[in-house]
Amino acid sequence: MDVVTLSRLQFGLTAMYHFLFVSLTLGLSVLLAVMESIYVTTGRTIWREMVKFWGTLFGINFAMGVATGITMEFQFGTNWAYYSHYVGDIFGAPLAITCLLALGTNLSALWILIANGWMQYPVGAHFNLATMRMEVADFTAVLFNPVAQAKFVHTVSAGYVTGAMFVLSISAFYLLRGRNRGLAIRSMTVAASFGLASALSVVVLGDESGYTAGQNQKMKIAAIESMWHTEPAPASFTVVGLPDMATHTTRYAVRIPWVLGMIATRSLDGKVAGIDELVADGTERIQSGMVAYRAMEGLRKDPTDAALRAVFDAHVNDLGYALLLKRYTPNVVDATRAQIQAAAWDTVPPVFPLFWTFRIMVALGFYFIALFATMFWQASARQLERRRWLLRVCLWSLPLPWIAAELGWYVAEGGRQPWTIDGVLPTFLSVSSVPASNVALSLACFVVFYSALAIVELYLMVRTVRLGPEDFIAVLAPEIAAKAIALRPAE
Amino acid sequence: MPVYEVFRLLWWALLGVLLIGIAVMDGFDMGAAILLPVVARNDIERRIVINTVGPVWEGNQVWLILGAGAIFAAFPPLYAVAFSGFYLAMLLLLCSLILRPVGFKFRSKLSGSGWRKTWDTALFIGGLVPALVFGVAFGNVLQGVPFRFDDMLRMTYTGTLWELFNPFALLCGLVSVAMIVIHGATYLGCKTEGPVRERTQRAGSIAGVAMIVLFALGGICASRLDGYVLKSFAGTAAPSNPLGQRVIRETGALIANYVAEPWTMVAPLLGIVGVVGAVLLVRAGRRPLLAFCCSGFAIAGVVATAGFSLFPFMLPSSLDPNSSLTLWNASSSLTTLIIMTIATLVFLPVVLAYTAWAYRVLRGPVTAEEITRDPHAVY
Repeated sequence: MDVVTLSRLQFGLTAMYHFLFVSLTLGLSVLLAVMESIYVTTGRTIWREMVKFWGTLFGINFAMGVATGITMEFQFGTNWAYYSHYVGDIFGAPLAITCLLALGTNLSALWILIANGWMQYPVGAHFNLATMRMEVADFTAVLFNPVAQAKFVHTVSAGYVTGAMFVLSISAFYLLRGRNRGLAIRSMTVAASFGLASALSVVVLGDESGYTAGQNQKMKIAAIESMWHTEPAPASFTVVGLPDMATHTTRYAVRIPWVLGMIATRSLDGKVAGIDELVADGTERIQSGMVAYRAMEGLRKDPTDAALRAVFDAHVNDLGYALLLKRYTPNVVDATRAQIQAAAWDTVPPVFPLFWTFRIMVALGFYFIALFATMFWQASARQLERRRWLLRVCLWSLPLPWIAAELGWYVAEGGRQPWTIDGVLPTFLSVSSVPASNVALSLACFVVFYSALAIVELYLMVRTVRLGPEDFIAVLAPEIAAKAIALRPAE
Repeated sequence: MPVYEVFRLLWWALLGVLLIGIAVMDGFDMGAAILLPVVARNDIERRIVINTVGPVWEGNQVWLILGAGAIFAAFPPLYAVAFSGFYLAMLLLLCSLILRPVGFKFRSKLSGSGWRKTWDTALFIGGLVPALVFGVAFGNVLQGVPFRFDDMLRMTYTGTLWELFNPFALLCGLVSVAMIVIHGATYLGCKTEGPVRERTQRAGSIAGVAMIVLFALGGICASRLDGYVLKSFAGTAAPSNPLGQRVIRETGALIANYVAEPWTMVAPLLGIVGVVGAVLLVRAGRRPLLAFCCSGFAIAGVVATAGFSLFPFMLPSSLDPNSSLTLWNASSSLTTLIIMTIATLVFLPVVLAYTAWAYRVLRGPVTAEEITRDPHAVY
């Protein structure tokens, strides 16, 4: 495998691994705050017990989040050196602030998503010929990037759903075993209500995220929806089907008329561009980018040439599209028609996996709403223990929020391909000039090392859960346990 | 003086402050971890040592995370070249850094002696390897690193991992380890009592004396090594572009700044005087806090010595000296430097206030009674 593939694989794996811990930290931190507040206002010791128990699980998880975060921070430099040079002037600042706030998870998440939002929709920046890189033009535009805002709320809500499901499932485990009922019922009630709100928010704001993408990342939307050709407005929505990249068709497609047009444009006459139309646009932008590239080479020889400067300025926004040609011809300006056509088709991300990951993620989102709503209703009716099969469903749903979140990251970042910075810098140019063997070695190291850590972490988590809050409290702080047992209403 | 030049100098200095912050703050917990197998003989003693840093290492680690982030934001080409050039060394550093948090968090969760020994080793490695790698990295930066830029500013690096561990770089690595150990020892001097503290005094004195000898030896070697001289460049406020400058190699260039600006001798002197003070106080077993400050100042002196020797270079290139990175050609745009300055002014006081509060809460030594009274609530 080449450096690009290996680096992408490594970044993807380490980022997804990092997010496993981050999402739980995001959610549990809020749930812990809720439980602590209830303890402070009511003074009932069982709530303190709950904070202690869930807090221990939080602690085990938090350490892994911070530790794996350092890998992410270093990786931009180690594996994506040209990226770091090319956009470090804009990307570096929010990343540095993310790190400054590393211990305050929610705030930290805001800044990394500002950085990530800029990769999806690079506003407030321009190419500087003198430094051969992108530089900040308007930092407030970077800060208040609509894509970043929508992504932040969507991602944080996903974390909240994860935290809520974690508490819900483990509480269900206790209720199924008929133990620690006081703690489990209260925890479940908090988790079900918080989870319902979060699941609603994650789906609604996911739609917002899709809407902003529909305006700014048309190719991503077209690929997710497997829309090969532009349809008359309002476009139909393909529920399921088998997208085929070779023939540009979707086999066995089940379509609902109008729905996509209405979701993506929130109107009846808005047009959703299809892949072939977007590829045609891409071809034009590549040709325009080649003009910019030629002017850039001229300006490097004679920076004072005003006419050439004007040409460059007129086409500089398409410079990134010309860089797509570097895969076919290093000189860019001598590209043939066939090479331009091939590069234009490179702008289409892998349709089949995007189509399906997106659908599974959305289905899971609706499932979360249904499950949390049911449990919320059960909790309100004080019937949490009545239906054992429901408790079992809760228990077995434990891994689903993580799956949904990772699929979501695939949709967001896989859908951004072939770019690291949408329309500005292709992924294959972003990598470091390091030997492939080094990247293979580091990838192998991370896989082995991270797997070992995951096993230890899981073992500790399962052990803490099995030990249970009471035994655990009895070991930790006997006087609190004694008081708690004395104060507990008879069960 | 142009505004851009001022901000570049400011961020060069801030980078120095951050590196000193990393070495002083992260340094003492790494030093304590390196001393763990030397000064603690049984589980209670080991837990005493671990608990002196247990509640604070996470906050200290933020300095390191911040340091890397600041290099990225303020000097992107430096970040790109250094991190990708030192690829395998960075991997080594990362793995050892990941061992630390999990070592701290996981060790206390089970009481089996095999389990605990494993994580003790992990903590030791997590202290030793970063200290060594940082020193070795500095040793290489001082000598120049084999990289060059093409006209799209894409960087190529031609060195290997083994070349990084050359004699001078290893010497710098040893200086770094000795420095971190004496600093860890002065910290444990403040935070422990009884037999652990006595052993710490002995180990700290040895590390301190070694540090003085190695640092002096490093100075002598550096004066005979090839350094780099900036002959012509676009200017201190010109756009950041490492192409179009002329740099030559010259023996003795690493000490040229001290001849030209004798006041900079303050840095190496502070390094020596600080360690001497720390060793004397540690041996006498008196004024532990002052001893800790002494070793902290020594670290500041040593890091500043490296910075002053290189100035205005940040990462010279041995392969193509004209590609060398200086603070004049490797910074972010003026706008970004200003934004970063504002962010620092807003957020840094918060982090500092939080740190100060945490250390106030945790002041005083960690004792065996504390550890045994509450066997699971502490590390």
